[in-house]
Amino acid sequence: MKTNDLILQTITKVIVFLILLFSVDIFFAGHYTPGGGFVGGLMTSAALVLLLIAYDIKTVANLFPVNYIYVAATGLLIALVTGISSILRHKPFLTHAFNKHVHLPLFGETSLHTAALFDLGVYLVVVGVTMTIIQSIGEDK
Amino acid sequence: MFSFVLHASLVLIALSMIGFIYRVIKGPSTPDRVVALDAIGINLVAITSILSILLKTTAFLEVILLIGILAFIGTVAFSKYLEKGVVVEHDRNNH
Repeated sequence: MKTNDLILQTITKVIVFLILLFSVDIFFAGHYTPGGGFVGGLMTSAALVLLLIAYDIKTVANLFPVNYIYVAATGLLIALVTGISSILRHKPFLTHAFNKHVHLPLFGETSLHTAALFDLGVYLVVVGVTMTIIQSIGEDK
Repeated sequence: MFSFVLHASLVLIALSMIGFIYRVIKGPSTPDRVVALDAIGINLVAITSILSILLKTTAFLEVILLIGILAFIGTVAFSKYLEKGVVVEHDRNNH
């Protein structure tokens, strides 16, 4: 039976951006307030799951043409490189460093900590694993 | 006085949650249970916010938004399962 999902699809177009923004906020706030890479990744995959429910796997694959297994692998690689880069500075594995004066092109002078990079790895792994599980269960062919 | 009002509203919300749990257990059809579970999620938002006022902390404000989003997505997924039999379709235009 052909059904019309106009209300759900219109609501989804508005709410997905709110959820993505909330997940980015929760990811960057993780150092000082509750949150971090894990919850942020789960929220991002919740937004993608909402898209999957409102549309279908084919449409979402056109929107985000990524293989989520590679996303998880990239996250693991980022976490590993963060750990190894401390060995290159003759410090123990996973010794984090920070720099108070980094000049970014858009933000000006900011202070960066490599734990945020490690958190980015966690974030990518969570998004990749969750979306791989949900997509491979959802494929009913 | 303010603390008494907060505790009284906690008790009232707990009572309304007992009503919803009765509907979840007793509800004759599945949509009754889904609507009751959705309302339980929204009551959980209210309980969390009142508790964060009582504990004088802002650490739970993310949790409130999180419960709202998760309740919405769960209800939508359940509704789609009840209507179409699948939650995630491969291609909605031809299947």
